[in-house]
Amino acid sequence: MPDESWVGRSLEPSEPYHVSREKIREFATAVGEHSRICHEVAAARAAGHPDVVAPPTFAATITMPLMESFLRDPAFGWDYSRMVHGDQSIVLHRPIRGGDELVTVVHVDDLTTRAGSHMLTLRCEIADVDGGAVATTKAMLVTQAAS
Amino acid sequence: MTDFSAVAKGDELPPLILQVTRADLVRYAGASGDFNPIHWNDRTAAAVGLPGVIAHGMLTMALAGRLVTGWVGDPAALRSYGVRFTRPVVVPDDDEGATLELSGKVRDVVEGEDGSRIAKVDVTAKFDGRTVLGRAAAEVALPG
Repeated sequence: MPDESWVGRSLEPSEPYHVSREKIREFATAVGEHSRICHEVAAARAAGHPDVVAPPTFAATITMPLMESFLRDPAFGWDYSRMVHGDQSIVLHRPIRGGDELVTVVHVDDLTTRAGSHMLTLRCEIADVDGGAVATTKAMLVTQAAS
Repeated sequence: MTDFSAVAKGDELPPLILQVTRADLVRYAGASGDFNPIHWNDRTAAAVGLPGVIAHGMLTMALAGRLVTGWVGDPAALRSYGVRFTRPVVVPDDDEGATLELSGKVRDVVEGEDGSRIAKVDVTAKFDGRTVLGRAAAEVALPG
């Protein structure tokens, strides 16, 4: 049984995630995004960006290891092995770009149990190291309640 | 070429048909750091009751997002994007892989806080003729 006292709380801010050009290129290639602003610095700068631009869902990807370490912590009581991803949303306050140093705070927004399943909503607030908002992601995760 | 100044409610986006192969799943696993074996190992997929190896939901979400960013020609123009993962995309171990059919329709055009024109787009993603994403919707800044 997940620990409901976590609802409304947040985790410590993450270590800064350094967004590299190469990771952006690798991720863009993996999702078939061939826009030049994701691959070529000159093209990105010509379009008004300081460096190459990450495809939009990159924002949620960098939050996954942070959520996983929380969900695998026995203290929370979540069955990670049976987890499925129910839904995902991403709000981009600005594009993520090469050279960004991003700090994420994971918030435990909601936990409900219905029809034998636990449904957990984790919100991640991603900001640059100066505190400027970059992205807000929300994941709804589902796992079976112990029968 | 789309005249973006004339984009209006009800407009349909140019559809996109993509093949997703096992090689794509391996590449996405590496790029995203999601090495869950249900996305590359048939034995694990079968053991958890899946009909086969399935695509990462986040890969399907990313591919469906390309319908929208490809339409406006700018991956930096997406302001928000959300989906529900309603059905898995099963990727067979062959050269063709799974076929993903993507389509989209403009639900509304509104003015953003910064004065830009924002299109709200409903996205449909189908595999085997059935939708795999629910309530898939994006907000994208229109060029110009």
